[in-house]
Amino acid sequence: MNHFIDLTLSGLSSGAVYAALALSLVIIYQATRVVNFAQPALALISVYIAYTVSQATGNYWLGFGAALVTGLVLGAATERLLIRPVHGRSPLNAIIVTLGLLLVLQGVAGMVWSNEPHSFSYPLDYRGRFSASDWFALGSVAAAALLLFALYRFTPLGLRMRAAAFHPEAARLSGVRVGLMLTAGWAIASLIGALAGMLAAPPFIFPNVLDAVFVYAIAAAVVGGLDNPFGALVGGVLIGLCLSYVSGYAGPELTTLAALAILVLVLSVRPDGLFSRPTARKV
Amino acid sequence: MPDDDPILSIEELSAGYGAVTALDRVTMRVPRGAICAVLGANGAGKTTLLRTVSGLKRASSGRVLLDGADVTRLPAERHVHHGLVHVPEGGGVIVELSVEENLRLGGLWRAGRRERAERREEVLELFPRLRERLGAPAATLSGGERQMLALGRALMARPRVLLLDEPSLGLAPMVTRQIMRTLRDLRAAQGLTVVLVEQNARSALAITDHGFVLSQGAVVVSDTSQRLLADDRMRHAYLGF
Amino acid sequence: MVSLRNHESTAPAPRARRGGGPGAAGRWRALPALVRFPLAALAAFTAVLALTSLTGPAEDLRIGSVGYYMLAIAGLQLLIGYSGQVSLGHGAFMFIGAYTMALLVLHQPAFPLWLNMLLTVVVSCAAGVLVGAATARLHGPYLAGATLALAVGLPALTVRFPELLGGSNGLAFSVRGAPPALAGVVTTSQWQAAAVWLTALVGLVVLATVNAGRLGRRMRALRDDESAAALAGIPVGRTKVTAFLISAGSGGLAGACQAYLLGTATPSSFTVALSLSLLAALVLGGLGSMWGAFWGAVALVYVELWGQELAHSLSLGTNVANNLPIVFFGVLLILVILIWPQGLHGMFSRLAGLVRRGR
Repeated sequence: MNHFIDLTLSGLSSGAVYAALALSLVIIYQATRVVNFAQPALALISVYIAYTVSQATGNYWLGFGAALVTGLVLGAATERLLIRPVHGRSPLNAIIVTLGLLLVLQGVAGMVWSNEPHSFSYPLDYRGRFSASDWFALGSVAAAALLLFALYRFTPLGLRMRAAAFHPEAARLSGVRVGLMLTAGWAIASLIGALAGMLAAPPFIFPNVLDAVFVYAIAAAVVGGLDNPFGALVGGVLIGLCLSYVSGYAGPELTTLAALAILVLVLSVRPDGLFSRPTARKV
Repeated sequence: MPDDDPILSIEELSAGYGAVTALDRVTMRVPRGAICAVLGANGAGKTTLLRTVSGLKRASSGRVLLDGADVTRLPAERHVHHGLVHVPEGGGVIVELSVEENLRLGGLWRAGRRERAERREEVLELFPRLRERLGAPAATLSGGERQMLALGRALMARPRVLLLDEPSLGLAPMVTRQIMRTLRDLRAAQGLTVVLVEQNARSALAITDHGFVLSQGAVVVSDTSQRLLADDRMRHAYLGF
Repeated sequence: MVSLRNHESTAPAPRARRGGGPGAAGRWRALPALVRFPLAALAAFTAVLALTSLTGPAEDLRIGSVGYYMLAIAGLQLLIGYSGQVSLGHGAFMFIGAYTMALLVLHQPAFPLWLNMLLTVVVSCAAGVLVGAATARLHGPYLAGATLALAVGLPALTVRFPELLGGSNGLAFSVRGAPPALAGVVTTSQWQAAAVWLTALVGLVVLATVNAGRLGRRMRALRDDESAAALAGIPVGRTKVTAFLISAGSGGLAGACQAYLLGTATPSSFTVALSLSLLAALVLGGLGSMWGAFWGAVALVYVELWGQELAHSLSLGTNVANNLPIVFFGVLLILVILIWPQGLHGMFSRLAGLVRRGR
């Protein structure tokens, strides 16, 4: 029983990280119908920047802030420079461009910071059952989700962003600068991705550190339904818990396959995810 | 028609889809405070005309002047700042948002919070039905309510010129009459100018002052609605009734 | 690059359909697919034999690599380019193929190579049916996500079953080279390259034939508009699963060839990066054309080599040198999509068209 509680708690905190990364995927998918496969790389660069800043200043939190800013800027730049030119073309184009960016950024990270792992840990205690760092992960993701919800639901910017995502033409006719809203969406999403990266990376960073996390995040996003932010959060926690149990009772090597199994299971019942809105098929 | 000071002036406007010409040097002058109908068969270029005027579609040549200002090359999202609002076919209501949010969206481009609240009250006065449904998702509205919401959202922007694409499509005649009455009231109260595209020429001419008939992307007839209704030859040739 | 011209004809539908004009090319395209593809493969095989007789062992190995990558990419082409299902887990099938091959060689040393290859195809096709059936209802990004999980998760099995699959060190085995009768005539590396190419070409002929036939038409209909295809009476689910099966079979066979060529099967050769590189190579070569598989394979093998040579000659640090190929690949991928969406094949056919018209 004790073991079960431990697994549940650790599943919750890792689930929060998957949920955050899944959220960043969903925000972008909602706005541009693109799955951003470069998300882990954008987060990776943000984490490396945080590492460098922390090393230089000796202050972890300065690095943390730098990571968030980097995420914001990288997301906006990606949308402007790479995604906008392929907007409206076949979805495969956007997938491939983001995959290309993933390769480039991972390679660049290796060039600048080398492929060897660097030690980069929390200033918080991460030992024992539900440590300070677990609380921090859960708390910061919850705070980010709440802020995001408030932004979307209650601010003019959020209303504009939703209008631009749902019905670009009607939004334009109401005076919304749709292009700007898409850029803002990518920037915000990438900021949340950077947060997820900061929570996922410790204790070591190396260019592939976020790959597995990304696979779980994409599974979470897909399970929740790619166009539903709430679904991403639920999916993240669900995947986090399931993987924690699988890892604890069956062995950590099986976690990815377990994620795949959950994904296939959920999608065979609901092909668009648990919380997806029903959409009309175009004939 | 008296056109010394038209509010909307379309000059030699052309547009196309690839090699296909959809608009062929269209020239129109819409007087201040007029309610005009753009008529024509399917594919005559009516919708393309509205989309080109409102900036959704690029003009290949020609000009659109709004109260003397050239708005031809402006992006669609800037037109609302010049007082021109386009309600596309079907209304363009965003079904994922609530009624309230749809209305708010219409007035967002304006900075003044007080003014937005006043507009909202005015619009809800005009369409009491919307007040009852404010919190509901727009997806749950009936066709008539959606058209009211679309119109309400457009009016939130306090337009000087309103472009309506088939506002009566799929609506009961009574609802259509109510919408038309509202437009006439707005013209009387605020000097609103309306250009509406209609498939049903007879009913459109019955409620408008002036009609333009498009055929294959060009204006073939422009006259007062009364005379157009009376002209049998023209009716048979272009309007099919 | 002797083999290029001969090879062209393994590119089926898009080029062939346009043909029928006068001259040798027209007559060639008028031949039935069942004659044309094997003839083309034979010509390509001869060219590879000629090429390897001139090159040393290291180069033979690279030529062999081009062969199996080509097969893998062609299988992916069938899945993505023709049936429109975006899979990011093709490396998983190569993994299955390589490990099947390794296990067969280790546990059934008496089996001849051709039987091993055949069994590998059977095993990987079975895996393909499983995956295809499990994911048949998924589309677009959902399928991409699921296959990505497959590519990451499957190689982890080696750590789970270390006694059978050798853990993270993988399995090493020795393969028989040229038969004794040919000793001195052909080197082991030549023999291996030839065997790989023969296998790959047989696979390609099958793929090209499938694609030129009814199944190919059905898949393209599916890619262009799934609902319309379903309304036209095409069995959507079955066609998708079949595409997965064939694609998995060629991926597995390619993996077997790789294991045979290298004499090892290790989990570290089947990372997500491999799956993504295959996709990159496919896009680079050109989507929707079998001929693109060849260019993609050449790029995959030689870009890495050139990257290392370039880094060496500019005396860049090892960090830069190690990462140069993937950065290069990434940049290429982005540029191809932004500037030349038809890929290398599209570019070459355009150039060829210009040259022809210029004459």
